Amino acid sequence: MNDAAIAQGPIIITVTNLIKQFGHFAALRGVNAEFAAGKFYAILGDNGAGKTTLLRTIAGLAHPTRGEVSILGASPRAACREIGYMAHPSLLYDEMSGMENLRYFARLYGIAGEQRCEQAIRAVALDPGLARPVGQYSQGMRQRMSLARAILHDPRILLLDEPFSNVDVHSARDMVGLLKGMRDAGKTVFVVTHQASLLAGAADEFVCMQFGQIVERTPHLPSDVSPAGVQ
Amino acid sequence: MSSPWSITLATLTKDIRLEWRSKDALNSMLFFSLLVVIIFSFSFDPNAEESREIAGGLIWVAFLFAAVVALNQTWARELRNQVLDAYRVSPAPPNSLFLAKALGNFVFVIILECVMTPLFVVFYNLRVLGPAWQLIPVGLLGTWALVVNGTFFAAVSLRTRSREIMLPLLLFPISIPAVQSMVEATRIILAGDGNARFWIVLLLTYDVVFTTASLALFGTILHAE
Repeated sequence: MNDAAIAQGPIIITVTNLIKQFGHFAALRGVNAEFAAGKFYAILGDNGAGKTTLLRTIAGLAHPTRGEVSILGASPRAACREIGYMAHPSLLYDEMSGMENLRYFARLYGIAGEQRCEQAIRAVALDPGLARPVGQYSQGMRQRMSLARAILHDPRILLLDEPFSNVDVHSARDMVGLLKGMRDAGKTVFVVTHQASLLAGAADEFVCMQFGQIVERTPHLPSDVSPAGVQ
Repeated sequence: MSSPWSITLATLTKDIRLEWRSKDALNSMLFFSLLVVIIFSFSFDPNAEESREIAGGLIWVAFLFAAVVALNQTWARELRNQVLDAYRVSPAPPNSLFLAKALGNFVFVIILECVMTPLFVVFYNLRVLGPAWQLIPVGLLGTWALVVNGTFFAAVSLRTRSREIMLPLLLFPISIPAVQSMVEATRIILAGDGNARFWIVLLLTYDVVFTTASLALFGTILHAE
């Protein structure tokens, strides 16, 4: 076990003895890890390995059964302004346009005016003037708009769960480019994915999970990764 | 940081916009209560005096059942695409969301009442013998009693497997004092039979107690898994 093996630079997230149980099923079994600021982490693992649960616990959406998550020394709830969260579903209202969605979410963060919304939409290479409701977007556009929502309040930490699922290879590569740019701008990026090979050359570290534990942390794409993920 | 009221207003505006575009709740509520009015009118053939005695019960039961449709829609909308998680990870206060949802439901049910009440009057040949203006506070306080509890219990049943069944099971028993107050007050006003003040004060008290309790507990409900 080399949970906290790699963490160069100032630590932004500390996970201590994290256990998360759903009834009798332990999704996380004593995870210990430190994550450095300004790094790009790819979290890999089979279905049920605990990747999404780890991400949701860091985001404050799931409560640890035991152990704790500390973000800049505070709880995830207290540090929620520093977190941008993108899940597999879009977290957007299908009946509203992208701009209408972002305008609403901006209000939740106390962001006034439309400038920041437009910036976020442009940052993901979409058009803020697009009037179509999100329900009529292609899957790739929806994923991008979801990313725009996650970066709207300029968080320091981005937690992205399966951002490339159902997205064609070109769009996925574009998104990886966007995420690299965000990492270069100083953000800490976490991506849970089954498409690890997409992140080769982009991620600073691959965090491999199995049975609710971190089993490997490596700066290189793990050798047992196929295009579909960890074997 | 936006004030809690501005977040409430933004969420309320968003909900009204979504309802305006989908008309999910309004259409089903209107259709449902229309059916109730028609079925009841075929089932009973009361004279004018009997109508005044039973209309309060019929109208409020119809509104209560119809409101459940809107209340289920309120949170179903937030579960699609897991949008509720976007609110949960934000710094916005839980009570802003609760108030916006309750106010939104209040607006939808009031619209329903404005459309359906004239139909009730026509179908049951109603003529108010008491102080008709008292029907306004009864309507407003009664509707708030239904939606504030309904919004809260719809949130409680959000993560249960059969939430559409769970909501009436939770809501109806706890609404009995409010429904009784609404029905009695309406009957007294329609029949001109005494003073409805006691029931109106009871409704007001019920509203204050349950609004306070809902606001105090909603944060726990929202962040529960």
